Amino acid sequence: MTRIKKQNKRAVLVIEDGRTFQGTSFGAEGEALGEVVFNTSMTGYQEIICDPSYNGQIVTMTYPHIGNTGVNPTDIESSKIQVAGFVVRENSGYHSNWRATGSLDEYLHQAGVVGIEDLDTRALTLHIREKGAMKGIISTVDFNYESLMNKLYKFPGLVGRDLVKNVTTEKSYLYGPGAEPENPAAYYIYTPGAPGELQNRPAGGNHGKHYVVAIDCGIKFNILRILSFFDCTVIVVPASYGSAEILSLNPDGLFISNGPGDPEGVPYVIETLREILQVQPELPVFGICLGIQLLGLAFGGKTFKLKFGHRGANHPVLDLATGKIEITTQNHGFAVAGSKDAQGAWQIDNCPDLEVTHINLNDQTIEGFRHKSRPVYCVQYHPESSAGPHDSWYLFQRFIRHIEEHKAALVGSAAGAASA
Amino acid sequence: MPKRTDIKKIMIIGSGPIVIGQACEFDYSGTQACKALREEGYEVVLVNSNPATIMTDPEMAERVYLEPLTPELVAKIIEKERPQALLSTMGGQTALNLSVALADSGVLEKFGVELIGAKLEAIRKAEDREKFGRSMQKIGLDLVRGDYARDVEQAREVVGRIGLPVIIRPSFTLGGTGGGIADTPENFLEAAKRGLALSPISEILIEESVVGWKEYELEVMRDLKDNVVIICSIENFDPMGIHTGDSITVAPAQTLTDKEYQRMRDAALAVIREIGVETGGSNIQFAVHPETGRMVIIEMNPRVSRSSALASKATGFPIAKIAAKLSVGLTLDEIPNDITRKTPASFEPTIDYVVVKIPRFTFDKFPGTDDTLTVQMKSVGEVMAIGRTFKEALQKALRGLETNRYGLGADGREIAAPENLLAQLKRPNADRVFYIRQALLDGMEPERISELSKIDAWFIYQMKEIVEMEERLAKIRTSVGLTAEVLRAAKRMGFSDYQIGTLCGMEQLDVRRLRKSRGVQAVFKRVDTCGGEFEAHTPYLYSTYETEDESWPTRRRKVMILGSGPNRIGQGIEFDYCCVQAAFALREEGFESIMVNSNPETVSTDYDISDRLYFEPLTLEDVLNIVELEKPEGVIVQFGGQTPLKLAVPLAEQGVPIIGTSPASIDLAEDRERFGKLMLELGIAHPEYGIAYNLKQAQEIAARIGYPVLVRPSYVLGGQSMVIVYDDQSLIRYMKSAIDASLGKSILIDDYLEAAVEVDVDAISDGKLTVIGGIMQHIEEAGIHSGDSACVMPPHTLDAEILEQMRQVTRELARALEVKGLINIQFAVKDHKLYVLEVNPRASRTVPYVSKTIGISLAKLAAKVMIGRTLEELGFTKERKIKHISVKESVLPFIKFPNVDILLGPEMKSTGEVIGLGHDYGISYAKAQISAGNALPMEGSVAVSLADKDKTALLPGIRKLVKLGFRIYATQGTHESLKKNGVKSERVFKVGEGTPNIVDLINDNKISLLINTPMGEKSQYDAAAMRRGALTRGIPYVTTTSGAIAAIDGIEALKKGRLEVTSLQEYYA
Repeated sequence: MTRIKKQNKRAVLVIEDGRTFQGTSFGAEGEALGEVVFNTSMTGYQEIICDPSYNGQIVTMTYPHIGNTGVNPTDIESSKIQVAGFVVRENSGYHSNWRATGSLDEYLHQAGVVGIEDLDTRALTLHIREKGAMKGIISTVDFNYESLMNKLYKFPGLVGRDLVKNVTTEKSYLYGPGAEPENPAAYYIYTPGAPGELQNRPAGGNHGKHYVVAIDCGIKFNILRILSFFDCTVIVVPASYGSAEILSLNPDGLFISNGPGDPEGVPYVIETLREILQVQPELPVFGICLGIQLLGLAFGGKTFKLKFGHRGANHPVLDLATGKIEITTQNHGFAVAGSKDAQGAWQIDNCPDLEVTHINLNDQTIEGFRHKSRPVYCVQYHPESSAGPHDSWYLFQRFIRHIEEHKAALVGSAAGAASA
Repeated sequence: MPKRTDIKKIMIIGSGPIVIGQACEFDYSGTQACKALREEGYEVVLVNSNPATIMTDPEMAERVYLEPLTPELVAKIIEKERPQALLSTMGGQTALNLSVALADSGVLEKFGVELIGAKLEAIRKAEDREKFGRSMQKIGLDLVRGDYARDVEQAREVVGRIGLPVIIRPSFTLGGTGGGIADTPENFLEAAKRGLALSPISEILIEESVVGWKEYELEVMRDLKDNVVIICSIENFDPMGIHTGDSITVAPAQTLTDKEYQRMRDAALAVIREIGVETGGSNIQFAVHPETGRMVIIEMNPRVSRSSALASKATGFPIAKIAAKLSVGLTLDEIPNDITRKTPASFEPTIDYVVVKIPRFTFDKFPGTDDTLTVQMKSVGEVMAIGRTFKEALQKALRGLETNRYGLGADGREIAAPENLLAQLKRPNADRVFYIRQALLDGMEPERISELSKIDAWFIYQMKEIVEMEERLAKIRTSVGLTAEVLRAAKRMGFSDYQIGTLCGMEQLDVRRLRKSRGVQAVFKRVDTCGGEFEAHTPYLYSTYETEDESWPTRRRKVMILGSGPNRIGQGIEFDYCCVQAAFALREEGFESIMVNSNPETVSTDYDISDRLYFEPLTLEDVLNIVELEKPEGVIVQFGGQTPLKLAVPLAEQGVPIIGTSPASIDLAEDRERFGKLMLELGIAHPEYGIAYNLKQAQEIAARIGYPVLVRPSYVLGGQSMVIVYDDQSLIRYMKSAIDASLGKSILIDDYLEAAVEVDVDAISDGKLTVIGGIMQHIEEAGIHSGDSACVMPPHTLDAEILEQMRQVTRELARALEVKGLINIQFAVKDHKLYVLEVNPRASRTVPYVSKTIGISLAKLAAKVMIGRTLEELGFTKERKIKHISVKESVLPFIKFPNVDILLGPEMKSTGEVIGLGHDYGISYAKAQISAGNALPMEGSVAVSLADKDKTALLPGIRKLVKLGFRIYATQGTHESLKKNGVKSERVFKVGEGTPNIVDLINDNKISLLINTPMGEKSQYDAAAMRRGALTRGIPYVTTTSGAIAAIDGIEALKKGRLEVTSLQEYYA
């Protein structure tokens, strides 16, 4: 393994409120604009930078040593690096791991993603915590404060913007049993439950037991891996697909993925969901992250921007039904508005048909809801983890169970219709 | 779930004396548990035999029993106190084993006591390797292949199946005692035999060797609702094959991807669920193959551990405290995170710094010991450092270790590069990091170093970056060259001013001034459990070189306490006890207490103990940084042992306000020449002495004083390198080796008062009034280090006149030295004459023992005196008279050092101490012996082999043994002497005289007590073999005349009366 000699080239990070951090360049040189956020996960930087939900964001890792294990072809969550810029205390000049095939530095460099290191990332984190997520710019070329502030001023930020269109698939594709993999790396799965080896589940053969349509707002590979592991063939469709197009695929279940930015920036997906929920009220639906926000809006709820968001792999979420706690992976800047009623029961504001299922124990925000009478479930956090703990994989099994019940009911009613 | 209301009273068992493998981390966990349970309204009954602990303070529990940790005596306490529950997981392996014994014997059932924390079945599943193996297979986890053997034949069969190399672990021993790696049939046989002998059930585990694999630990917590969280991951810098207690360890794990880490996390969750630890913390160890990633589970401890103490300090998540609360039914989400206050404890801490722990060894105390590190733990202490990078934390830890190093070398204290550098890289040893540095300086490739050492190359590369900075600094020869940029870069890699100074030819204080003038200054960051996501309300701080400081000092009246750093022989928990008492005192007096310490095992580094905690190395540079920031009214240096004392004068020179006895007085007492003058002025007798700077002077002094003499380098603690010299030849040898090892500038030579009675006095003075805390008569005669001798309070053979003289001298010395705080004086009484051996105007090792004995916290009073209170105001004006008799016994680590003779001498070797309390000298002594693991026999045979000079003195004692029904075996000389005096004994051969000889008898377990006093410098192979035999077989042994007399008194008392249990509260009432 070769070691990259550090060039010690200067880099600067300027935040919209004027605070400036001096550092050193790593990855690509140039400039990066985005919303500056921080992630407190100590592992999984490769998954994080590839997570489409970070599109448009400059991600700061609070753990100081990043790059220790290099990068490998399989620990990816999309086909490319998604972050707008990457901020670390120290990029490791050397990586060590039996699966590593390259360094983080080269990886970012090749992808043209600008990184900055050797700055007080804790000071930056505390600043964001106090002032909230803000726009920022990393530059290795322009060190003129006025000029950088001017660029920041012109940068539109994330609120109200459609970032999904940057990350959604251009055309629909099949994933899972029966599909031809476009990117075999996307198929490496880590077996849930009892620990085992990393497995490559080859494509080919017959189609899976269930057909799931996934609306791709920036879907993470691990969601697809898990659905496929549970014997689903997934038809991943662009976020722009309308309800008719989706329903024409005749899915056993509908999945709405995670994704970047403000849910209000994608009114067309909300509209699609509204229509599907109306036309096919019995269809099992599962949403994650941006998915919960879009479903919330589709049911008439509200979303709001969190001060600095939740990004990490250690957030405690309480399952209100079982009283159990899950340690969760989180990555969101917006959330569905909910509150406690006079009796102390949680509710989604403006949505009497919905029932809150999960609460974040750190700040009492909504982490999950379900429809009171339909098989519609969604969570704000990331049960697919990657990076993060596997505590919440049961949600996928629950989705599969609903699909099976739904299919059984359809068979039942068809049989009933036939016998009538 | 709300906490349980069916339980009102809970028993907590401590871990007993400090031994290698079980140190003050269990005082930390026990103290936290007591506090946590009482906070929840439960009554706590505490049992421990170690008086130096904070947990045994009478304020810590409703009932504190300083009693031996045996099933019989704890059963008595249970019968008397009737607790409804027993929390078994706080006192290490000792408490766990004891709890199992109490459950097995039916005591718990009989008195309706519920085991909480871990249930019996869970303990069994975790501890019994066969059951553990089956459980792991059940949940699909990969294990190291291995099997048990109960005799040598079976062992051969097992190794035939598995193949060499293998690891041998004796069942049910502490800290891996007796374990070893074998790679040839010969050393396999030897290791198997030793293991079988050491295992109390004569069983060994033989396992496939995973030596050289990567080693990880996860600290896991579970509550009654089955919520499980990982508190911390720890990666061992040293690979598998080195006991984790002896490894440099790093938190969090550095070289795992998320995929691999989550796989380990899943495994840990599955393990704690399968084993069935219902509530509390567990430690789970894994090995990972560096090239294939194959992960095997090594072991699980169903209790808090050394690692959980480290994890608590590393993350700010108090594992023991939370575990105690979970044990009474609370769940993680019901317990708030102390640091953030707003978020619950049901989360996984994330950190934004790197923690490095380095063990501290003490091989110099046990010459002849192989210092190769193995699966058997040998270290006696550890240091932890926090930095923003591994490099910074590593260097901070190395200078915090107080082994006279200021970082990763570059401090002018390099050991000459060994010719066999490759071998030293390959062989795990305490200095290996320095050899790695040497190899890097020599240009060796990190990959090659990694190949040899099996240390992950990531760490080696980090060290290479340090070495590159060293090379860069070494090129700078002027202060002009030390630009802000260079200084900042060096400081960010953890370089100390001392290292920079050494490399650039400057004094460390000049580097400091230059650095500050260039604006390069330490800032302090908070340990907050959450990587900055939430506001931290506890000022738990570490220094680093960044841009933003978060220390935010208050404007309260404040006093800073300097702790004692890593434990070592001679400086351990006793000093931590004193520092913690000082923090309590300051709080009571309305002062803000600021603690500075670097030892993760301690109570003092619990952020709950003081108002502000700085987890920092105790060096001049690091302490000055904090003083300049906090500007305390005073700094207390007299409680932390030698560590802060060494800093007293340099700190005072920098204008730091040292409170209490002045550094000048402390210095005066340490300086033999000046002190000698003072003694002369006061007309106080002391042994004749002289200071030699070369051999000729030494010989002159010895001739003047007359042999035997006591020689040692000046300025040492714990009697390091101190020996009794009987003749000129030995003196020449000593001087030569002392000069070779450059042990010090000067050698102190004292008249050795043979057969004198030694006495320790601890007293307190407020500058006007001096009050005696306690007078302790040593049981062993002078010449045995005071830290190793047993002692008794009140003195049992000294007359009132001599005692009064001691009090008088104590008062005079306190006045002369202007003591404000504690003073300790060591006296010798010979032929009814009183001599002063040593004066220490500071907290001594015996302060906690005296405090527990008299029921008054001397350290707390002393801290209050230092901030200006008088003893009169504090209500302590008269020496406390006690009705009970208190015996202190020391605990020795010889079992861990197989090639060392177990004799006591002027150099301290004990790691810990126990107390025996009762109303009769014999009983108290017997209790102390039981607690020290040296339980006196009630029947059987006593083997006696005495030096000529001891034969007469022991005659009445041996006669008494015969009367008590013991059979006496004696070696020839002793046998004849006994015969002459009409005492019946059987002659037994010495080694070489024939068979069966005395060693055979010992090895065949035919002896229940060995009395052997050393016979001068010669003879000694068979005497050593005899003592070693007794030690490995757990046969009680005595090596001094006075110790033997005490033991015989103890046996007599045991045969006459019963052992009763009494709490401190009852003694004090």
